[in-house]
Amino acid sequence: MFEWFKWFTSMENTKPFALVLFFVTFIGIVLYVYSNKQRGDRFESYKNIPFNDDEGEQSTHPEEVNK
Amino acid sequence: MANVTTQSPEQYNYDIVRLFTIMTVVWGVLGMLVGVYIASELAWPFLNFDNPAITFGRLRPVHTTLVIFGFGGSALFATSYYVVQRTCQTRLWGEGLAKFTFLGWNGAVGLAAVSYMMGYTQAREYAEMVWPIDLLIAVTWVAYLVIYVMTLRKRSQPHIYVANWFFIAFILATAILHIFNNMAVPVSLFSLESYSLHAGVQDAMTQWWYGHNAVGFFLTAAFLGMMYYFVPKQAGRPVYSYRLSIIHFWALIFLYMWVGAHHLHWTALPDWTSTLAATFSILLLLPSWGGMINGIMTLSGAWDRLRNDPVIRFLIVSLSFYGMSTFEGPLMSLKSVNALSHYTDWTIGHVHSGALGWVAMISMGSLYHLVPRLWETKMYSDRLINIHFWLATIGIVLYISAMWVAGIGQGLMLRAFDEYGNLAYTFIETVSFLHAPYVVRTIGGVFFVTGMILMAYNVYMTIRKGKAEAAVLEAKLAAKLANA
Repeated sequence: MFEWFKWFTSMENTKPFALVLFFVTFIGIVLYVYSNKQRGDRFESYKNIPFNDDEGEQSTHPEEVNK
Repeated sequence: MANVTTQSPEQYNYDIVRLFTIMTVVWGVLGMLVGVYIASELAWPFLNFDNPAITFGRLRPVHTTLVIFGFGGSALFATSYYVVQRTCQTRLWGEGLAKFTFLGWNGAVGLAAVSYMMGYTQAREYAEMVWPIDLLIAVTWVAYLVIYVMTLRKRSQPHIYVANWFFIAFILATAILHIFNNMAVPVSLFSLESYSLHAGVQDAMTQWWYGHNAVGFFLTAAFLGMMYYFVPKQAGRPVYSYRLSIIHFWALIFLYMWVGAHHLHWTALPDWTSTLAATFSILLLLPSWGGMINGIMTLSGAWDRLRNDPVIRFLIVSLSFYGMSTFEGPLMSLKSVNALSHYTDWTIGHVHSGALGWVAMISMGSLYHLVPRLWETKMYSDRLINIHFWLATIGIVLYISAMWVAGIGQGLMLRAFDEYGNLAYTFIETVSFLHAPYVVRTIGGVFFVTGMILMAYNVYMTIRKGKAEAAVLEAKLAAKLANA
């Protein structure tokens, strides 16, 4: 019943299998991130997260300090 | 879309961040001083003073442990605890457990340093700690993972900001690396000595699988997490491309685990393993440079900040060194280049261009951003930050140039043959050749540690200033309340 499982016990099979698996997954991630404009805009909106709780915080930048 | 909420600083646990920040500076000064001392020992061997506790062999792991785990590790604890709270807009989970990570981590670093000087080591590079300290680290690390995951789980922000991805990958990978590399059988329950569970070439392979991934996940991925938060914050503008940061993350995660065997070229390791490692090392250039460009381009349109903000200068120059050392690394992983560079000081120079140029400078820049916010004041002196920046930069340039000369010269001398096929140089000739570059390296180190001492003074004075200002404010409030 689990004969097919033995296929994975051979390094000659699992090495190229892992390579294909990881490569396809990575290409999938690249396509997912760059293929859809709406999704892309949503991702880009996340870059503002570090600034979301800035209110009331003092700046230490010399120019802003001198203002 | 990202949620926009504002919370007061009191809602975050800054106490633990402050503690780790202070220890970052303390370990940094101590670790770098030890580094300069052992560099001096190599240039002037009489400095060993025939005292086993302070010989190069014992002090070298003290230096690496204090700077990597003491300075670097504490900087990562401090910044990751700060970043996860600020980007998830929630308080750190597990106050007591967080304090335990502080005690566990710093206790392990201190005990390790003392044990090396007493001659106790398991002789695994960057993992010299004896087994009881390894156990303490494992428990501390699990606590760190639990705190981080639990804080992420109770976040107010639906999206987990990319800096946290890098931090969580670093925590997970370091746990796996630490456990598998340190599997050992103690000689007895009350002995500090142990036997490695791996043997022969597998032992070497495990050691360098750990060693290079310590570079990849501890010294790179985690500090990239720092970069993705502190560069945008200090620049006052969001990261250049969020999508690029996602690709940067996944490419790095997929590739790094495979490259450790490039430390074992031309050894008993099977040839295909070392070829595979070299191939993945070359591939790593792409995500590394993608990340570097993403960080540097964050400043696009505001390049003038480099002229007048020394903190930005620290952050951006650190990225330049990141780019430089991630170009040099793949180059050195090529078998033909490695035949020249391996077992020479070129490797030491490469490590330090990454460790001083990238890791230390991004940490220093981040700390200069962090310290005034933690103690709610301005930095005591911007001029001292600027002087620190130049001392650090000149120090690194002197260090790595000296090591290029030393390493490439040494490699060429070791490989040179005369017309009869005999070695052209005796070993002692290669040693004498190294003296001058070793002196220059020591001078570079002195520059760097002087900058670190200035930073310690600047941070100390800032903390005093912050406390004094807080006391004045409290007194005013008390007076107001009394008059009311």
